[in-house]
Amino acid sequence: MRSARFSGRFYIAAAIFLAIAILAVFGPMIFNGHHPGQQVGGLYDGPSSSAWLGTDNLGHDVFANLMAGARTSLEIGFVAGAGATLIGVVVGLAAGYQGGLVDNILTGFTNVMLAIPSIVVLILVSDSLPTRGTMTLALVIAATSWPWTARAVRAQTTSVKTREHIDVARLSGARTVSIVAWDVLPYLLSYVAMAFVLQISGAILAEAGLSLLGLGVSDGVSLGIMLHWSLAWESVRVGAWWAFVPPTVLLTLIAFSLLMLQSSLDEVFNPRLRRGKLRRTVAFVVGPGATSAPEATVAAHEELASER
Amino acid sequence: MKLRRYLLGKLAWYLGALIAALILNFILPRLVPGNPVDAIVSNLARGGGAQGEQLKNIQTHYVHQFGLDQSMLSQFWTYLKNLAHGNLGTSFAQYPASVRGMVDQALPWTIALQLPAILIGWIVGNILGAIAAFKAGWFDRGAFLSSLFLSSMPYYCLAILLLYLLAVAYPVLPTSGGYAFGTSPELSISFISSALSHYWLPFLSLVLVFIGGQAVGMRSMAIYELGSDYVNFGRGLGLPDKRIVRYVFRNAMLPQVTGLALSVGTLVGGALVTELVFSYPGIGSLLFNGISQNDYPVIQGITLIITIAVLGANFIVDVINGFIDPRIRSAEAGER
Repeated sequence: MRSARFSGRFYIAAAIFLAIAILAVFGPMIFNGHHPGQQVGGLYDGPSSSAWLGTDNLGHDVFANLMAGARTSLEIGFVAGAGATLIGVVVGLAAGYQGGLVDNILTGFTNVMLAIPSIVVLILVSDSLPTRGTMTLALVIAATSWPWTARAVRAQTTSVKTREHIDVARLSGARTVSIVAWDVLPYLLSYVAMAFVLQISGAILAEAGLSLLGLGVSDGVSLGIMLHWSLAWESVRVGAWWAFVPPTVLLTLIAFSLLMLQSSLDEVFNPRLRRGKLRRTVAFVVGPGATSAPEATVAAHEELASER
Repeated sequence: MKLRRYLLGKLAWYLGALIAALILNFILPRLVPGNPVDAIVSNLARGGGAQGEQLKNIQTHYVHQFGLDQSMLSQFWTYLKNLAHGNLGTSFAQYPASVRGMVDQALPWTIALQLPAILIGWIVGNILGAIAAFKAGWFDRGAFLSSLFLSSMPYYCLAILLLYLLAVAYPVLPTSGGYAFGTSPELSISFISSALSHYWLPFLSLVLVFIGGQAVGMRSMAIYELGSDYVNFGRGLGLPDKRIVRYVFRNAMLPQVTGLALSVGTLVGGALVTELVFSYPGIGSLLFNGISQNDYPVIQGITLIITIAVLGANFIVDVINGFIDPRIRSAEAGER
């Protein structure tokens, strides 16, 4: 099998995301400075040699908080993303492959869950929880974000189901579970991988949004909680940029890199989206000069694709 | 006939979703361990604001109002009856104030902020995306990368950065609120100009992200369409670019209409936090205060309004889709 050709965009996005992940996981060991909850200065002290990004409203080191916060946010992202993808894939496969009554019930449930805005359910559920641990919040986010994955997986399952190799598997006496796992699921894996990436990013942003509303994790610091406190203590309006710019930039970078990752994966899996290459193939088959696409445009796209 | 069946089917779906949302909205706050009324009343007592007789009155008022002494089913019935009369209950934190009144005050601000942002962002984003897809080259590169960046940026992140840049670092716009401190909402020139100057930052932070999202979606749809057979055929026939663009635009537009409905939902969620950043006097700030004061009736009322708004927007878009896309109609009517 030919190995997938990732664009430059893919490697850039992966590098950004990995750098953040390394900072979150190994950062506290490498830069062994302050603990996230340790008081090192006063209200909004500027960046200094002891606290590289200054201090927050409680006099805690922003850089130490940032590493711990990124870790919490990523943990929530991975747990919630994996949970949501798992539920979505199972529900989608069951509905799409089984059909009939099971399909009607599951699809109905999925559609109702899709229609109710997830932020509403998130607010109501997290407000009802007495304490919000990191894992609890991740599971709550997972429980509200699986429906669109389920819908897409169901749609693809129904189309894969009609292919001939499924009939062959069925005629040779394979059990349903084995058909779904070995003959249907592999065809969806490229989609599932992309959905997982988007779910991670969605979960991280959902956590940040909840934290900003005052419904974040109660047992630690996350990027959203840092933003929450810096807004509540007016760091923006007093110009203490070190308190709010780092979490803002980190959240943006996480979201941007994950979206780029997803869209470059999409280009690898869906050849039709690769415009430059598609046109060149056409030009090659038909002969130079036969298409209306100017060669310069094609070249520009090739360059763009490699640059990304 | 087909259209009617399609519309009725959709209506049934959304009613089902609404009922599910109502049940969620009703049950979740009641799952909180401990009686919320007791918690609130003891809070009041600790604050020293109210004592003895007064506390008892407040407690009986709440218990009676929620029917907490009745069974769950009849409580739900009371809840529905109150809703049907537009009664959203009484605020815990600002005791005699009705939630309805608080919402009525906040809602116009939110709508005035979001509706123009949604419509302008949608139109501009779609045109930008279509042009980027067709023109290609440096325009496409710049438009696509900046759109992707903007659309991936959470609303509140852009809001915070804009606030810092345009109101604190280079103070050209006011930092917070919906209007200047000394003025009060009225139909006067000074109030309107003050409201307008406070409007720009939150509006910009919403509309930029929205334009980005729409442009990215439109661009990839249009590129997909540009590679299709009818475009190649049209090019082979020597049709002018303008006409091909029109065909492509019409076909790529369909999913964007659906995208509009979906983004209304995310925009509502995103705008809640945007309002917080700018202390804009809308639903988002009301919700934030409600959460920080454990004001369940306010939270419930707002989540209900958001749900109804999103369900309504989705339904309207489904109806529009049914009219403009015959394929959807026949597929749905045939399936169910």
